[in-house]
Amino acid sequence: MRLTDLPLRQPAFVETIDWESLSSVEGQRLREFGLCEGASVEALHHGGLLGRGPLAVKIGRMTVAMRRNHAAAVEVSTGPQEAQV
Amino acid sequence: MSGLPLVALVGNPNAGKSALFNALTGARQKLGNYPGVTVERKAGRLSLADGRPVELVDLPGTYSLSPASPDEQVTRDFVLGKQAGEKLPDALVIVVDASNLDNHLRFALELIALGLPTVVALNMVDLATRDGLELDANVLAQELGVPVVSTVAVRKRGLDHLKTELETLLGAQTGMLRASAGEPDFDAVRREARRIARAAIVRETPSRRLTAAVDRVALHPVLGLALLLGLLFVMFQAVFSWASVPADILEGWVTALGEAVTNTLPPGILHDFLLQGVVGGVGAVIVFLPQILILFFFILMLEATGYMARAAFLMDGIMAKVGLSGRAFIPLLSSFACAVPGIMATRTISDPKDRLTTILIAPLMTCSARLPVYGLIIAAFIPARSVGPGIGLQGLVLFLLYVAGIVGAMLAAWALRLTVAKGRSGGFLMEMPKYQWPRPQDILIGLWQRGVIFLKRAGTIILATNIVLWVLASFPHAPEGVRQSEYSIAGRIAGGINVLVEPIGFNRDISLALLPSMAAREVAVSAIATVYAIDAEDDAEALEQGLGDRLAGRWSLATALAFLAWFVFAPQCISTIAVTRRETNGWKWPLFMIFYLFVLAYAAAGVTYWAAVAMGLG
Repeated sequence: MRLTDLPLRQPAFVETIDWESLSSVEGQRLREFGLCEGASVEALHHGGLLGRGPLAVKIGRMTVAMRRNHAAAVEVSTGPQEAQV
Repeated sequence: MSGLPLVALVGNPNAGKSALFNALTGARQKLGNYPGVTVERKAGRLSLADGRPVELVDLPGTYSLSPASPDEQVTRDFVLGKQAGEKLPDALVIVVDASNLDNHLRFALELIALGLPTVVALNMVDLATRDGLELDANVLAQELGVPVVSTVAVRKRGLDHLKTELETLLGAQTGMLRASAGEPDFDAVRREARRIARAAIVRETPSRRLTAAVDRVALHPVLGLALLLGLLFVMFQAVFSWASVPADILEGWVTALGEAVTNTLPPGILHDFLLQGVVGGVGAVIVFLPQILILFFFILMLEATGYMARAAFLMDGIMAKVGLSGRAFIPLLSSFACAVPGIMATRTISDPKDRLTTILIAPLMTCSARLPVYGLIIAAFIPARSVGPGIGLQGLVLFLLYVAGIVGAMLAAWALRLTVAKGRSGGFLMEMPKYQWPRPQDILIGLWQRGVIFLKRAGTIILATNIVLWVLASFPHAPEGVRQSEYSIAGRIAGGINVLVEPIGFNRDISLALLPSMAAREVAVSAIATVYAIDAEDDAEALEQGLGDRLAGRWSLATALAFLAWFVFAPQCISTIAVTRRETNGWKWPLFMIFYLFVLAYAAAGVTYWAAVAMGLG
């Protein structure tokens, strides 16, 4: 499931990230925010009146805002969490 | 550069670095710029326990030593001793947020690897406790191999401990960079940071999360937007209603000073100069200090509480439609206070086209220097009546002027993104910090610094412009029966300008004020005040009248409204042009900015005037 499709406030973890679809600056900033395979994530809020706005996502202990095109690059799973990387 | 030991405060954004800096240095701070770049250099004097002074520098917050924007570049160069004009720091204080250890330790490890004498400040431990997190600083110190001090900016004990550790560091070692063994592997450092964070956590109990609860409202698509608009509305109402008492007091002082001049000096040129040029002109601007401080108070509060990032989140959808990102909202909101720090704040935007567009539209945000102009005209022409519970007509008009600036800016951004700043829109990635209640000291220090900057402007640029204007407006002396403001050199220049601006309803008073208001917008008010003071010289009754009353007698409502509309879009002050030139590395963009703003201002004033006249307000 893509991070954009994850129901709000349902804990999940990152399976894969399509780094290729992100620019190098964006990719690096997301890494610095703690986004990596295995990280625990939770979608908190959708911004914008028509649902086209950014997404507030909790990555580990940090809450960050990202646009939908970034979130779409992240595959998540809500199954039993594997060992944290 | 001083010969004192140099200590750099470095860490992630939102680690509470600035609060710690304020707590360590108090009001003894020096704001400046790093040479060649417009990144603000914040330095302060810190006295160690043995009384030894140390220079403490607060570096821009960053996530790693791989910079993504100009201010992050400064942090990197500074800690590597490569920043022009700065020596290698003698020690580092790494600030980490206790409740975000995984992340902040990664950067801390990167910094510790540099090999400089280092102490880690485990900051905001009170907020971590609030979130049910208990940490062992000793374990952290063992794992990191450097001293770790638990700090809360308001509590003295941790600060004293930090100073003691610094003293030991500065006494024992001299700063030297460790030879780098190539770029460390990002993932390896991250895993190490995570392992250490796990080891240091003693207890982690789920507890009420204030931030999550507040965000359910603050980030709600409908409620959140309503809250944001409500906050902005309260802010602008407050600027008018809270300021009236202190402004009246200040005005009383200015009047008293003017009377003192009249009573002590014999009539003559010195008397006229002091009364009309200095007291009349600068005094007219200084009475707006309370309004400016109230505006800055709100902006500082929004920043310090962590709300500003939420505003950016809410605005991103709208900003994306005009080709900007929510990140641009923060410099734009700062531009309500002043476009100069606003334009400097665009450095956090990494996409160059996004950044250029934001710089170009920043002057459309109604800066505090326009408040004196708006304040004067609104008070003179808009009746102070209530149009609803808690809503005054004057405050409402002020709000609408701000809205006009915002709408203008959005349209301008949209047009710019289709033309001169064409390109793919940059993204929006931003950390949302925890909410926290700001420390009163931090807000007071911020207000103090802004107040001093405003008064310095009043004492330098505004005073100098007024003196020049007074001379131009006073000579040559007009013969009997001719108005001095028309006969003088200034009057003749204004006559020339007037030909251009008469079609949009501007009279000669305004023409006279337009040119000096390029130096600083507030000068428009003091210029008009000076000219009226000169004209009223032989008219005791006119001198008694307030400036607003005199305006109301001489201008039509249509002219007043056109004047307001002009100032919504008016070409910016000299400082803004200068900072734009520095930030865009050349004259191309500042000149473009002046041109398009002139066109907008002229059109807006014209449309307002013609519409008002058509409605019978002329």
